[in-house]
Amino acid sequence: MISESVVRDALLVAAKDLRLERRSKIGIAQVLPFAVLVLLLFAFALDPDRNILRQATPGLFWVTVLFSAVLTLQRSFGVEAEDGILDALRLSGMSPAGIYLGKVAALVVQLLALEVVLAFGVAILYDTRFIGIPLLIGVSVTATLGIAGAGAVYGALAARLRSRDTLLPLLLLPLLAPVLISATRGFEVSLEREAVSGWPWAALLGIFALVYVALGSLLFRPLLEDA
Amino acid sequence: MTTTTTGAATTAAGPTGTGSRGTKVLGALSLVAIALAVAYGLFISPPDAQLGETIRIIYMHVPTVMAAYVAFIITAVSSAMYLWKRNEFWDLLGSSSAEIGVLFFAVTIVDGALWGKVTWGVFWRWEPRLTTSAVLLIMYIGYLAVRAIPADARTRATRSAIVGLVAVVNIPIVHKAVDWWRGLHQGRTVLGTIDPEMGGTQLFAMYASLVAGLLVFAWLLIHRFRTAYLAERVADLGLDAALAERRLEGGTPVAGTSAPSSTGVTS
Repeated sequence: MISESVVRDALLVAAKDLRLERRSKIGIAQVLPFAVLVLLLFAFALDPDRNILRQATPGLFWVTVLFSAVLTLQRSFGVEAEDGILDALRLSGMSPAGIYLGKVAALVVQLLALEVVLAFGVAILYDTRFIGIPLLIGVSVTATLGIAGAGAVYGALAARLRSRDTLLPLLLLPLLAPVLISATRGFEVSLEREAVSGWPWAALLGIFALVYVALGSLLFRPLLEDA
Repeated sequence: MTTTTTGAATTAAGPTGTGSRGTKVLGALSLVAIALAVAYGLFISPPDAQLGETIRIIYMHVPTVMAAYVAFIITAVSSAMYLWKRNEFWDLLGSSSAEIGVLFFAVTIVDGALWGKVTWGVFWRWEPRLTTSAVLLIMYIGYLAVRAIPADARTRATRSAIVGLVAVVNIPIVHKAVDWWRGLHQGRTVLGTIDPEMGGTQLFAMYASLVAGLLVFAWLLIHRFRTAYLAERVADLGLDAALAERRLEGGTPVAGTSAPSSTGVTS
């Protein structure tokens, strides 16, 4: 199904998105500070008593990632919605699946970078000691792919609507509920909070990611042409 | 079973009203089933050995949740069919079904919470099925939100079909995640809620209420579909009238205005 041209289109779109980010620095200058701010807000809300924060770290980490992902998605598709660029992309002859996979790839890179910074953030602010690194990486990569895969579908759907800023979180966050649950549990296991295997969580995240990336590749054509 | 026969009649030439002989029969059957469900559920069947009188909530709870799941399946199938066939029928069927599904699901959650208050002493527990239901309800409220955004018919239909598909494939994943998360299973599926040890009048009350729930759902769905279909036609008429008016203003004769086929613009 994935032909050479799809991969080429995906790489083009991903490179374009990352170039845009390098030049505009919206992610680094706005989304990243926002994410760190959320970490601070959680600390204000939950009392600096480190035990609560420490216990809740995996969940707070992923809630922060989800909020930041909504912002990143709004940015990623906001630039496409202006001046009818989505139509232009479609008219350029690139395959919809390629455009979709490119957007997803760029989102994954941006979100993974954000997660690395956030990991340092919780290590410093919440006194988290990271252990079980392979599982952490497995969970993060699969969760991020799922967030980007599902997010890109709804990001594109909402992009051209006036109500996009309120619609996107309403659509996306319930959809990502299993990602939040699985990624949080996976992190808890790898931080040795729970004495069970964490890999089933990574597997569930992987299934979520696969399902939505496949569905997104199929749905992007009607999405670009008619929605 | 009743859904298919009456549903098919609807498509033939397009309904001109919301009622028909088929739906009148269906409505009468629903009323009989409701009467039976009320009689057996509230009065004739004995209280449960373990659950006591609270078992009577289940006669309400199971039918609504079953109907809601049927509704979401119809929405999913219609969404896929719409993207394939691009036919107004599938669009209207899917969205009508989703609306009723949300209604039934909300009722399910409310009566489930009431049952919880009586049985557990709290309205809400983070029990797997409750949690899953809450997530699903919000997902389908999102579907209705997308549906409510004004757009031309094809755009709106495509958007809702995409949301309908994206939402439905999440159902098993949410189930799995929530089940593992809570680590405890009620051990019963939706169908399994019918306790094999239920006997006689209790079992009859259960089946009567199930049949009543599904009949009411079918009746509501057909009527909602017809209302949606007629609303589209009214929107078409409104557009035609507006076009004719503009033409008159410009002094152009209205001659030979072919009705724009199905550009249903909602206000």
